Amino acid sequence: MAIVETRHLTKQYRRGGPSAVDDVSLRSAEGEFLVFLGPSGSGKSTLLRMIAGLEQPTGGDILIGEQVVTDLAPRDRRIAMVFQSYALYPHLSVRENIQFPLKAQKVPRADHARKVRWASDLLGIGHLLDRRPRELSGGERQRVALARAIVREPSIFLLDEPLSNLDAKLRASAREELARFHKQTGTTTIYVTHDQIEAMAMGNRVVVLHQGLVRQIGTPREVYDEPADTFVATFLGSPPMSLLAVGDVLAGIRPEQLLPAAMVQGTPLRFRFRVTNVEYLGSERLLYGKLEGSRFGDQTVVSRVAASAAGDFSEGTAHDFAVDERLVKLFDKTSGKRITSRPLAWTA
Amino acid sequence: MTVDAPAHGAAPTPAPGPAPAPAPLGGRRHRFGPEARATWLGVFMISPAILFIILLIGVPFAMAFVYAMSDVSIASTGIHFVGLQNFRSVLQSPAFRRALVNSAVFTVASQVLVLVGATILSLALKDAFRGRGFFRFLILLPWVAPISLGSIGWKWILDSIYSVINWGLAALHLVDKFDPPMWLGTPALAMISVILVHTWRMLPFSTVIMLAGLTSIPKEIPEAANVDGAGFFRTLFQITMPMMRPIMNVALLFGVIFTFTDMTVVYVLTRGGPYDTTQVLPSLAFFTGVLGSDLAEGAAISIFLVPILVVVAVLMLRTAARSEVT
Repeated sequence: MAIVETRHLTKQYRRGGPSAVDDVSLRSAEGEFLVFLGPSGSGKSTLLRMIAGLEQPTGGDILIGEQVVTDLAPRDRRIAMVFQSYALYPHLSVRENIQFPLKAQKVPRADHARKVRWASDLLGIGHLLDRRPRELSGGERQRVALARAIVREPSIFLLDEPLSNLDAKLRASAREELARFHKQTGTTTIYVTHDQIEAMAMGNRVVVLHQGLVRQIGTPREVYDEPADTFVATFLGSPPMSLLAVGDVLAGIRPEQLLPAAMVQGTPLRFRFRVTNVEYLGSERLLYGKLEGSRFGDQTVVSRVAASAAGDFSEGTAHDFAVDERLVKLFDKTSGKRITSRPLAWTA
Repeated sequence: MTVDAPAHGAAPTPAPGPAPAPAPLGGRRHRFGPEARATWLGVFMISPAILFIILLIGVPFAMAFVYAMSDVSIASTGIHFVGLQNFRSVLQSPAFRRALVNSAVFTVASQVLVLVGATILSLALKDAFRGRGFFRFLILLPWVAPISLGSIGWKWILDSIYSVINWGLAALHLVDKFDPPMWLGTPALAMISVILVHTWRMLPFSTVIMLAGLTSIPKEIPEAANVDGAGFFRTLFQITMPMMRPIMNVALLFGVIFTFTDMTVVYVLTRGGPYDTTQVLPSLAFFTGVLGSDLAEGAAISIFLVPILVVVAVLMLRTAARSEVT
């Protein structure tokens, strides 16, 4: 177990070109499940690959267990990594795949069988040991990759979008399994994903990355409820937060907070909401519409209403909707940064 | 004017009973239907290839068998069947045994060198670096240059008087200026020279094949090995090379065929000498059959290539069928 730290870590693929990772400084906690979340091209994989030693940083330092490892080869960093494609060795059996790190790390041969059994039992793949990777399903391959990663008890786990090759149903169970697995081993884990559900469900903390920059680091609750800027606000949440221009600020309203007036408590801000489009999703309805009689009548806002909520929200109808004013997030219009809440002139 | 019964009334009424079943569609093949046209077009399109193989490979191949069992020579007007007599005399000839051994040595040694060299070169040329395109071009040169020209160049480099190698070695005081090694004139050195020149020529071909195999390995797999703790050599021997094995087999089998049947390097550099020490089966067949005008015995010698080439060809087809991309 160890702590991972980066100090002003920067990566440019071309000298003077754009930075794939731009001055990233972060520090994990002991045994933490840290998630790097961002859209493709945000630099999250590059950041992970630099921590693994597969990519040489242009500037800055990486520390694992309080030791500078920036110039160490991957194999000297005591890390284990699970790749998006799993990168199983196709010519080796499952047993040989799991055994490979032991051989490479010169673990005494007498211990191999016991360790392989331990790892494969932990992942429930004991019956697959004599198969070849190509004879396995996607979920089984993922477990083999995990078993290969844990078998030599690394100090850090690096996972690069390990669930993206699984189908939706398998993904949910694998997510839950991974979280349980992390609790069992207690190894510091860095997990890269572009899927906010994975990030929210598994992470102790989430690092939101965009264009190589860290936009926010916080618990899932913090990054969702208290987004640091408009990027984080709109990247997390589906559908995203509606941003409305009010004077020199942007007011952000989460779809689940814009509700029929009768359901809103606190200090409600009332609007006349005209529905322009409805998406029925089974357990809930997404209502796309406009706020009439306010100064931002042209902007589309979204409301998420439970399917069981009373009312006929068909297209073209208008309703009294409201949002609790204390829940509205304000952002600076030019920088996009979060600013403290203050009363706004909502109506023209 | 009486109007006759309408024409259709004159038609005989069909006999009562079950109506004859309509002819099933496509039940009868139309000689000039679209299907037949497609077949004929196919035959027409493939025929040049078939003719080419029959006329240039099939016929000479069959003639080799006929000649080998006859007493035909370049000057003879008739042809007499002599059974297996040519084979018997060939097997008893020391020159033939020598050539058989030489062929094996020549093929095995040059292919081992080619495989090792091609592996190193393909690893070196896999990753992008400044000037990689130029290096790849340079490495391909021995293959694109006509083999006879390349060999003549080497003949000069290895010449007994003008050898640039000896000149260099003498300048470095590594060999005696007045008694330099005779690269093509001493048996062991001549064999080594012939093998090295052939290796030089075959290297680009294998390198290109291996490069293709190497680039088809996902880069995450060696990376995973690296993270798992494997160093360069463990990754190379336990991960990369086993994954390249199917493509290495292809390179090897092609190399064996090109080497076992080739006589150009030997012919240009040594003509099989000194004292037949570099004579290989194809060159011996050529010297006996064409230059020595004993067509029958030349044919018999060349037929000894067949079983080995058949084995290699079968292995090659099997590999091709088995090699799947993982």
